[in-house]
This record gives sequence, C-alpha cells and structure tokens, in this order.
Amino acid sequence: MAEYSMKTPLKPEDVDKLRAGDKVNLNGFIYTARDAAHKKLVELLKEEKPLPLPLDGEIIYYVGPSPTPPGKPIGSAGPTTSGRMDPYAPLLIERGLRGMIGKGERAVGVVEAMQKFGAVYFAATGGAAALLSKRIVKAEIIAYPELGAEAINRLTVENFPVIVAQDRYGGNIYKEGQKQYAR
Amino acid sequence: MPKAKPAASVREIDAKAITDTVARLAQEANFDLEKDVHAALERGLKSEESPVGKEIFNQLLENEGIARAERMPICQDTGLAVVFVDIGQDAHVAGGALDEAINEGVRRGYTEGYLRKSVLGDPLKRVNTKDNTPAVIHIRIVPGNKLALWVVPKGGGSENMSKIAMLKPADGVEGVKKFVVESVRVASANPCPPIVVGVGIGGSFEQCAMNAKRALLREIGSRHPDPYYADLEAELSKKVNDLGVGPMGLGGRITALAVHIEAAPCHIASLPVAVNINCHAARHKTAVL
Repeated sequence: MAEYSMKTPLKPEDVDKLRAGDKVNLNGFIYTARDAAHKKLVELLKEEKPLPLPLDGEIIYYVGPSPTPPGKPIGSAGPTTSGRMDPYAPLLIERGLRGMIGKGERAVGVVEAMQKFGAVYFAATGGAAALLSKRIVKAEIIAYPELGAEAINRLTVENFPVIVAQDRYGGNIYKEGQKQYAR
Repeated sequence: MPKAKPAASVREIDAKAITDTVARLAQEANFDLEKDVHAALERGLKSEESPVGKEIFNQLLENEGIARAERMPICQDTGLAVVFVDIGQDAHVAGGALDEAINEGVRRGYTEGYLRKSVLGDPLKRVNTKDNTPAVIHIRIVPGNKLALWVVPKGGGSENMSKIAMLKPADGVEGVKKFVVESVRVASANPCPPIVVGVGIGGSFEQCAMNAKRALLREIGSRHPDPYYADLEAELSKKVNDLGVGPMGLGGRITALAVHIEAAPCHIASLPVAVNINCHAARHKTAVL
C-alpha cells in the first residue's frame, strides 16, 4: 500500500493512481457539507443554478464540526457516516467532484459514478476529531451559515490524514480488509 | 409494643448543585475519556494485527491526549445527553424541578464547553433546539438519601446501528448469539469500531432496550457477576471480533472492545434481545451528590 501527499484540487491522474488501502496526506482546500447542504446543492444543480463552491477536482468532507472555541480555527472535526450522502453524491461526481471524505461504505450508485467519472472515496478516522482538527489551519464559512454545524466551510488543511477506502476501479478496503481478517 | 423504627432523615439536595454537576460532567465526558476506555484502546493496539488497524488505534490514543490537554471534544458528535439518575428515596430535591435542573446543566455544559448542539425539538419537523436539550433522562428510585448521576453523551452514528428483536423462546441462546453477531456485522464501519456492544436479554420490549443501554455503563474489562453470562460475553466478544470488521471497518482483529450483557426475567412466551452499540469514544462520567 502506497503513501502519497496530494494537493487539492485533485487532478484526474491523482485519482487514477490511488488504490484502496493507500494512505494519503491532503493539502490545500477541502469543502465541508453534510445532509442539509447536500440537499441544497443538488436542488441548485437540478434548477441549473450556480453553486456556492467549485466542484471541478475538489473534495467534499462529510463533517459537522463542534463549535469553534476562542483562539482556534475550528472545533473538533471528524467524519460523519457517508451513507447518508449516497443519494446526492452521484450527481456531484458527474459535475466534477473528485473526492469525498467520510466514514463507512458507499452505495452502488456512488461507486458507479466514481468509476465512470473518476472519483475517489477517502476514509478519515471517525472519532479522532480533535486530532483531525489540528490538521485544519483555517475555516471559512462560504455558504448557508444558518445551517450552523451543517454550513459549507472552506477548510485549509495541512497533511490531513486519510485512507483510500474505495477507489475508482471498484477496489474496496471495507470488503477486502474484512475478508482478510475474518475467521 | 415494639417501637417503630425512626424514619431515615430526609436529606435536601439543591437543584443548583445538580445543574452545576451535570454541566461539569457533560464537558468532562466529552474532553476526558475514562480510564477503562483508555485501557481498552491500549489493549486493542497490542492485539491488533492489521497495519491500518494499528494506525487507527494510534490515532485514537493521540486524539484522546489532544482532547484532554486542550479541552476539545474527543468527537465532534458530542451526542444526545443521556443522563441516568439514581435518587435515594430519602433525598429531596430542593429549589427546583429535577428534570429542569438537569436540562439547565446540559444547556450550560454544552454552551460553555463549545460542544455541538445535535438535538432537534421534533423528529419530523427537525428544528434544532440550539442548546442540546432536552436531555434523555432515566430516573430510578433507590434506598438511601443520595443522588447519583451518570452523564453519557451518545453519538448518532452508533445509536443508528442499534437493534431490537422479539425472538421465539425456541430460538434460545443460539438465536441470541446470531442476532448480536449479525447486528455487529451489518453495522460494519458505521458505528465507529472498535465498539462497545450493550446487549439486553429478556424483560419486556422497553425494558430489554433499556438494559442494552445500561449495559454500556458497565466498566470495560469488568466481568459479569453471573458466570453463565460472563462466559456468554466472552464467547460473543470472540465471535464479533472474528467477523474481521476491525477498527473503522477497514479490516482487523479488534471489532469490539467489549460485549456487556444485562439479562432480566421475562414472559413465558418471549425472548426479547436488544443490541445498543457504542462507538470507541464510549463517553461516561459519574458523580454522587
């Protein structure tokens, strides 16, 4: 299993070389969105209206951080369960989204879109939220402040540690890893 | 004539002290992982064989240290505030209602501690109450004149993977084992393994679910007092770990840090079984007033 340091936005060739199980340290901007924001984004796309964030090559992190305490860029910020975003993700991938960060396995529809359009799904460690927040150096709300923890933030990350959970070739560390250790 | 036993002295407990204690415990629970969970993570790291799994255990231990040192939440999902109360029958709460005292403590603790407010006032209208109230409060009346509080923040990811079944008595212990193992298999990565599995067996429908929740309060690493259930816990631990789910579901030896069972008498026609899953951030703090 390879280890990479990558800068966002991801290039198609970045996604092409990643395989399930690889470790990646991400640098640059990533965007936060969870249930409520996804619903709004997909509504905008269906109405052919502009989005409040760029999609081409970008990464969305499924996270609803805890409130920002004084003197810190952000509160604790670990991943939430990705499955809840499965109904929305394929359309975003079709429109250029190249990476997602969350926890837990993705549905078939998401995997098909990842294969067709070239996207990757990363797992961050759920519950390692204080540690992950240390790799976020800046957070700016760019849309839907009324959603509170569910607002869309642009995060600046440095060596944000993720694992390739599902790659664009159908590789799936949940299935492969669990099979390897089952007895 | 025999003399009547003198009434036990009724003790007053100030509602404000309850509020202060809940506010403190809500923050401590979220910042400072208890020793039993820490020790279980250390043991997990030693036993885990998967390199990715080991890396995750290391991250969780490092995370715990950062959370404690910087008073940051271990997990951003600081949960529903589940509060267990054992109140002595000779204790009297003075200066306010018990449930309001607890809710005020949750309100204060979650606001002062910059903890996430994850409670909706209604399940279908879905509007955030913005102060993480109301708490989920479970009260028992017990002998004595003290008041014991457990604050147990419970995240959505693990709660969502919990299950209950009304088995047939003919399904027996094998049916119970099958249900528990299948629940953990289906939950896979979603409840943030390594998990703690609380199992309620017997009782009525609601008592069984409650016992699964109460089983999560037991110290990790403690043995069930009944050897039959201690053995069943050990067997279930082995079976769920043999699933290979592993830390964060990425494959590995350690899927569960512990399986805890609470059994209760039940109807001749029934065999209820409930599984309440807790994530590795098995947060709990307690105090006695």
